Amino acid sequence: MVNLEVKLKDLVLKNPVMTASGTFGFGEEFADFIDLSDLGGIIVKGTTRHHREGNPYPRMAETPSGMLNAVGLQNKGVENFCQDIYPRIKDYQTNVMVNVSGSVIEDYVETAAMINELEHIPGIELNISCPNVKEGGMAFGTSCASAEEVVRAVRQVYKKHLMVKLSPNVTDIASIAKAVEGQGADSVSLINTLLGMAIDAETRKPLLSTVTGGLSGPCVKPVALRMVWQVAQAVKIPVVGLGGIMNAKDAIEFILAGATAIQIGTANFIDPQVSVKIVEGIKEYMIRHQVSDINDLIGAINLK
Amino acid sequence: MKKLIQDFELVKYEELNCEHFVLDIKANEPLPEILPGQFVNVRVDNNNSVFLRRPLSIHNVDYDRNVIQLFVKRIGEGTKSLGKLKIGDKLSVVYPLGNSYSIPKNAKTLLIGGGCGVAPLLYLSKFLHEAGNEVTTILGVRSSYDAVGLKAYEPYGRILVTTEDGSQGEKGYPTQHSVLENESFDYSFTCGPEPMMKAVAAYSESKGISCEVSLENTMACGFGACLCCVTDTKKGNKCVCTEGPVFNIKDLKW
Ligand SMILES: Cc1cc2nc3c(=O)[nH]c(=O)nc-3n(C[C@H](O)[C@H](O)[C@H](O)COP(=O)(O)OP(=O)(O)OC[C@H]3O[C@@H](n4cnc5c(N)ncnc54)[C@H](O)[C@@H]3O)c2cc1C
Ligand SMILES: Cc1cc2nc3c(=O)[nH]c(=O)nc-3n(C[C@H](O)[C@H](O)[C@H](O)COP(=O)(O)O)c2cc1C
Ligand code: FES
Repeated sequence: MVNLEVKLKDLVLKNPVMTASGTFGFGEEFADFIDLSDLGGIIVKGTTRHHREGNPYPRMAETPSGMLNAVGLQNKGVENFCQDIYPRIKDYQTNVMVNVSGSVIEDYVETAAMINELEHIPGIELNISCPNVKEGGMAFGTSCASAEEVVRAVRQVYKKHLMVKLSPNVTDIASIAKAVEGQGADSVSLINTLLGMAIDAETRKPLLSTVTGGLSGPCVKPVALRMVWQVAQAVKIPVVGLGGIMNAKDAIEFILAGATAIQIGTANFIDPQVSVKIVEGIKEYMIRHQVSDINDLIGAINLK
Repeated sequence: MKKLIQDFELVKYEELNCEHFVLDIKANEPLPEILPGQFVNVRVDNNNSVFLRRPLSIHNVDYDRNVIQLFVKRIGEGTKSLGKLKIGDKLSVVYPLGNSYSIPKNAKTLLIGGGCGVAPLLYLSKFLHEAGNEVTTILGVRSSYDAVGLKAYEPYGRILVTTEDGSQGEKGYPTQHSVLENESFDYSFTCGPEPMMKAVAAYSESKGISCEVSLENTMACGFGACLCCVTDTKKGNKCVCTEGPVFNIKDLKW
């Protein structure tokens, strides 16, 4: 028997495999394909204070080994989540966390405060990659000052596990990670999507209605792995790694780079069973390498 | 309806012309109930540069042999690679996806398809026929060379053709066929290029009949997880993969 249990501060995950926000719906979409209780946790769709229609179609463009998306946080708002969705998903036998987004600090705070009241939601993932409307549209997560400001404000109202999801569209991600750690984040997750763009040469038109969008999938993995490694060295709080993980081997690489847990995103679209296959694959790896406790692999990259 | 992910095996490949081909894919176990208008999402394993699955309508179903038929038009890398599969090759399939066309009873129904948009209409005409409807299918193509696979429709009703060059059937677009003027219908169903579907919608509105269209928005997941495939409806953005692909035009902002 191998031990797969990991801890993000006080939050116990039965295994390190979680699913990434915006790629896993509310979990329900996957219930036909897998048993959700086999997962360490799921992070549901980005939720905002108010209903958002999201961006116009087209919102997706395939790229070599990945995709661009411009969904634009389409969701029905936090009140709808608490009333309609929470009762349907609250009894999943896994950690169900809510990804919280906003464009002004008050929205983040109000959304987090409402989710704080939901007994079966043990944590939130604060998405600070959103454009900060008051600061002229630059993402909260792209400067230490605005990242600190939003985390400090949310920390005052949110009492459970506060994971902060970092944007990779910065020059020094480790300094942002340290900044949010300083404001009381319980863990950091990274990376969100990389800003990208695609053009149809035949029509000379952009492939996304918003021109630019977020890149995800295996094409971003080397960048994500590098950032996870840098952040893991810079902070003391647990790091959750994601970006292009397609299989157990990829997941192990993130753990070796210093991630305590990992998230599966875009891969869910191609194989809706991939998350549980990765749990099995990690077990096989541990048996093959005679590692009895997954915690012994965290940060165990051999640099000699 | 429960969605499945299963490996199918290619049991038959039929080249219709240089653009279109039909794949017969077979499951190892009995097929679930499949409705007309639903689609599958297939993984293109024989080409590493194709990352996402490709959505394809269900052209026909043979429950006795556990076979689903797909009608494919070569567009880009993904569909071209599907055309290179060999008999016996495995194909990972997520299905059955999406909603379905509604099936009236004992009515006069009109089906209009263009290009690979004919794909879902064969299975639909089977259902319509079985429910006692009179089925007229008009297939609009560029020339007689593209007028392929017509025989399959014959058991279920009348099949008419329009060609842009006049080489077969009536000359013009399917919405210009004389049957639209000379006869009346109770329901219309369409799938194909958007301008053609919009013309069918306009015709149906002018006659005051119900019209259902099947949309082909680009998709990342196919089962409601990514919200990439939305279409703007009178009730806001709706996912084409779960709340469609079939929509009644009265709900669309056309
Ligand atoms: C619900 C649904 C059902 C479908 N049913 C069928 C079917 O039964 N038979 C069939 O042949 N095709 C069908 N399609 C379209 C099919 O999925 C696309 O043709 C295919 O994904 C193109 O992939 P590719 O790799 O060959 O081309 P790509 O390399 O992805 O694209 C090549 C070019 O085709 C265009 N293109 C991409 N996707 C589409 C699309 N969805 N519709 C039109 N143009 C597109 C792109 O703009 C690009 O310029 C369906 C699509 C949907 C959403
Ligand atoms: C369609 C789509 C929607 C997404 N929506 C969100 C979101 O609402 N909130 C968020 O924090 N991240 C969102 N993401 C980013 C993912 O959670 C993840 O950080 C990113 O895709 C990188 O991981 P991957 O390469 O494994 O997909 C989204 C990604 C995709 C592809
Ligand atoms: S394709 Fe993902 S939601 Fe429709």
